[in-house]
Amino acid sequence: MDLDFTTDENTFRAEARAWLAAHVPSTRLHSLETAEGFEAHREWERALFADRWSVVSWPEEYGGRGASLLQWLIFEEEYYAADAPGRVSQNGINLLAPTLFEHGTPEQCARVLPPMARGEVIWAQAWSEPEAGSDLARLRSTARRTEGGWRLSGQKTWSSRAAFADRAFGLFRSDPAADKPHRGLTYLMFPLDAPGVTVRPIGRLDGKPAFAELFLDDVFVPDEDVIGTPGEGWRVAMSTAGSERGLTLRSPGRFTAAADRLTRLWRDEADPADTALRDRVADAVIGARAYQLFGYTSASRIAAGESIGAESSLNKVFWSELDIALHETALDLLGPYGELADDAEDAPEDGGWAEGYTFSLAGPIYAGTNEIQRDIIAERLLGLPKGRR
Amino acid sequence: MRFLLDTEQREFATALGGLLGSSDTAGTIRSWASGDPGPGRALWARLAEAGVFGLAVPERHEGLGVLPVELAVAFTELGRHAVPGPLVETVAAATLLGRLGDHAAAGAWLPRIASGGALVSLCVPATSGPYALDADVADAVFLVEGDALRLAEKCGPLQRSSDPARRLSRPTGTTVLVEGPTVQAAAAYTTDVAALTTAAQALGLGRALLDGTVAYAAQRTQFGVAIGSFQAVKHRLADVLLALEFAQPLVHSAALALAADAPSARRECAAAKVAAGEAAYAASRTALQVHGALGYTEELDLSLWIRKARALRDAWGTPAACRSLVLAP
Repeated sequence: MDLDFTTDENTFRAEARAWLAAHVPSTRLHSLETAEGFEAHREWERALFADRWSVVSWPEEYGGRGASLLQWLIFEEEYYAADAPGRVSQNGINLLAPTLFEHGTPEQCARVLPPMARGEVIWAQAWSEPEAGSDLARLRSTARRTEGGWRLSGQKTWSSRAAFADRAFGLFRSDPAADKPHRGLTYLMFPLDAPGVTVRPIGRLDGKPAFAELFLDDVFVPDEDVIGTPGEGWRVAMSTAGSERGLTLRSPGRFTAAADRLTRLWRDEADPADTALRDRVADAVIGARAYQLFGYTSASRIAAGESIGAESSLNKVFWSELDIALHETALDLLGPYGELADDAEDAPEDGGWAEGYTFSLAGPIYAGTNEIQRDIIAERLLGLPKGRR
Repeated sequence: MRFLLDTEQREFATALGGLLGSSDTAGTIRSWASGDPGPGRALWARLAEAGVFGLAVPERHEGLGVLPVELAVAFTELGRHAVPGPLVETVAAATLLGRLGDHAAAGAWLPRIASGGALVSLCVPATSGPYALDADVADAVFLVEGDALRLAEKCGPLQRSSDPARRLSRPTGTTVLVEGPTVQAAAAYTTDVAALTTAAQALGLGRALLDGTVAYAAQRTQFGVAIGSFQAVKHRLADVLLALEFAQPLVHSAALALAADAPSARRECAAAKVAAGEAAYAASRTALQVHGALGYTEELDLSLWIRKARALRDAWGTPAACRSLVLAP
């Protein structure tokens, strides 16, 4: 048992650190949930890609570095320690791309992945519907067979990034006669500017259009944009959900960097006599370290040929609750400045804590609510009997 | 990097688990609590034979070398079975004596500790509070005050602990064995070893509490179904698993830091102690709640585990003291 990095891994870390030190913008970009910020973040993706840092874990032929999971963890530690911008292309590179690597055709990979890596095409996800949230398999949007492709109709909602994104991916009911809700679904990609698509942005808690409703009225999608076998969409999508809940959605580096910033804030601002606040800062530091080490364990297990299954639910609950606790502690440390919105002139640290807090509040809801995750933990890891939800 | 126990370490855990699983530790705890250390001493000898105490004794004193990762593995199993006795104190005292160079006390006590011939207690008032654990049973009671290591001749009256297996008393009539900066440096390492092994013990204890409670929730029925099918029960148990799963890598990382004598060791042991102590305590609260009135009885064997969790949470560094260490510059 060890926690040692190889010479290659240390070189990789040093290279990433040096590049980030030279390239991370010195002033914070506008929130990526605004039109202006979205484009600034797209530019940043282009800069990352130019030196092959946008998709380090992808194969080299698609602009990556073929990085191992451990190298990816190292990159992410350096990325967030450098206070680099949020990743506007996250839905694509961390959710759609793993699905394409597993289920896509070579033609789809060659066509879809390079512009995704360059930040030219930013992807939104289209899973939830007004009547299908946690019970996603009840979705009702349809894909109807037509000459050379499919026609999509229905309504998707809570579609992250869709207000400004270029394309979306999601599940549609292609066989209404299938015997079970999760059968007869098809996984499709479609342009958000196609005829028949209406995007209605939704303001999140702080008013920024971080997600949107999508109204689809007989939208044509060619056969080449179906991923996997028609009717097998649930199985295809669950492989994405696995990686989404697993390590790749929120990397440990985010939290170790945030805990370091919190510790600095505490040293600068806190009343040393306030041990209640000190304990919360310590818990954030301990939690971030625990999450980092848990990631190293997962990487070691995967390197040893094991697979990570329902354990990814532990991951998701842990980081999402750590994120909120950490940001709440920061706001409390900021005292009267804690309530300032991220775009207020006086907002501390360019509004980073305020934006991070708002973002953290969604964590226990998206990518499978923490209630669903706890059900999975109890049933699949502890072996407790199924019951009513 | 391979941040996983290796095959030998896993086999050691399995072997110890097998030994303890067939040892009626609940009965041993009850005897120990009532003042009969016989069964506990017999179990102690078997643990020594399995190599547990040698893991804290240098090779030149007939041990296996100081091996913090293996100690963490062993103490997780000792905690899982709630083994009574001054386990943490004995291995901590061994690492202290082992760091004193060629002092006569090392030669006198370390081979006996490694072979299981000596149960030893240790009190470092600044960290462990004023009491020595099981001093009435121990063959030697050491006390560290400032830069002096003392040997206690007697101990004060027994103070009952909320964990019946923990027999507490104040060391008295002490004489100085050795003093100086060597003692102070060795004592710092020793309290880290004590924090680590207590954390590992808490981790194992929490696992046992969770396993026992999951089994109970799956078989106990109310309203015609197993209570473990109710979300309110499931989610509490899921939270316990979460706390334990994220405490475990902290314990292993702290052990690696101690093995390397890394500057971060103190902070890492403190972090492990907070996380494992809180996880085990949460496990005990959930065990009590899910077992209902049954969990609130002293007849239930699991109540011995429930009561130990609270004591371990505070032993060798309270949560507040450990959190303060985590942030120490």
